[in-house]
Amino acid sequence: MTSKAAARSLILVATRKGAWIYQGDGARRTWRTDGPHFLGHIVSHLVLDPRDDRTLLAAAKTGHLGPTIFRSTDLGRTWKEAARPPAFGPAANGLEARAVDHTFWLAPGHASEHGVWYAGTSPQGLFRSEDGGVTWDPASAIHDDPKYRGWMGTVQDGTPDGPKLHSILIDPRDPKHLYIGMSGGGVHESHDGGRTFAPLVAGMQVVEGFDPADVTFHDPHCVRYCPSNPDRLYQQNHCGLYRLDRPGTTWVRIGGGIPKEVGDVGFPMVVHPRDADRAWVFPMDASSVWPRTSPDGKPAVYGTRDAGATWQRMDLGLPASDAWWTVKRQAMTADAGDPVGLYFGTTSGELWMSDDEGGHWREIARHLPEIYAVETAQVG
Amino acid sequence: MRVLVPSALQSYTGANWVEAEGATLGEVLADLDRRYPGIRFRMIDERDRPRPHVRFFHRKEAVHDLAAALAPGEELLIVQALSGG
Repeated sequence: MTSKAAARSLILVATRKGAWIYQGDGARRTWRTDGPHFLGHIVSHLVLDPRDDRTLLAAAKTGHLGPTIFRSTDLGRTWKEAARPPAFGPAANGLEARAVDHTFWLAPGHASEHGVWYAGTSPQGLFRSEDGGVTWDPASAIHDDPKYRGWMGTVQDGTPDGPKLHSILIDPRDPKHLYIGMSGGGVHESHDGGRTFAPLVAGMQVVEGFDPADVTFHDPHCVRYCPSNPDRLYQQNHCGLYRLDRPGTTWVRIGGGIPKEVGDVGFPMVVHPRDADRAWVFPMDASSVWPRTSPDGKPAVYGTRDAGATWQRMDLGLPASDAWWTVKRQAMTADAGDPVGLYFGTTSGELWMSDDEGGHWREIARHLPEIYAVETAQVG
Repeated sequence: MRVLVPSALQSYTGANWVEAEGATLGEVLADLDRRYPGIRFRMIDERDRPRPHVRFFHRKEAVHDLAAALAPGEELLIVQALSGG
């Protein structure tokens, strides 16, 4: 067992109608429901600060009200709103001024930078807090860079509920080294803490008929690195599954081992916390009009043990048929236990877990609102 | 002046009717934000535009411009348009 495996487990669930926290025992067998928090709020992400194990940030808005960040320093017993939520600066460089519609992605900063957080927004923006999420400032020159604004496109170019900046990855070896994903707008790398970025899209396909050399057509759905090897990146893209081993700069498609009738398109991407050759995805139906449901109504996780060369279907315990849900990009994750626990939340409000690395699945909760994000943590 | 606060914003004010001062819509909203920090950004974005489902009414007329003058002693009604599902 790992040192944290005997600690209390938390599952942090963000939904279209509020947030829930599931508090588990050390064995991950029983879960106590804590919620709803912010009932009626659209909560895009709920994240625990691994540097103190007690600060929670929630990215929220409602159908009526503008976006904000709620913050708790007691694991969700009490909440206080950020004093200055993410907001774009005034218009610059002749570009149209933008307004944050919602914060989509929250990422605690580097372990050495206590209190630093990053936020990715819709429309695409990168924001930084240096006081644990109380105040936020624009973090990147890409907001006012005509080239980047062109790659970001307009609201009409984005995903159905708005174009997003997501997958904020901070290199555990270097707080200045970041990756981000933009839907649309590609994967980008920074060596100066997010102030400037450069595209990292070579090797990836785009939708048929468009030019892959034009960054604007790239649509990464979710990018993750391996905690045990941050030079290995996995990506679930609009056009398939990819892997990139740095310092290489060309992504390699790795989804060919998934049966054609299932396909290698989906939204989430999960990587094993200690084994860089192991990863999991949740394919969806991306045919014709993009139903975004489980292929043929038969949900399944696919896992690889060899960095994507081969994939195994992992559906024991999941509905065998007639299940028309899928899993959003932030709604699947792994814990650091041994064996690794896997968790996902569905578009129809079910929370599932496996405590044997995908071998068997069981339902923890049902009848929740549409699940937007699932995170897990072990606390003492 | 008296300001009617919709239910979605009463977590800030703790009441449906509150007092705020100012000669324009913008000034009244700024005063509200001084009294109830954070409330303005939920209604007005960083471009100083009212958010899509927020409406302001004064003397039975919709007010869209932050620079619009408000009559002293009259009420300001803040309304959340029905939206979403």
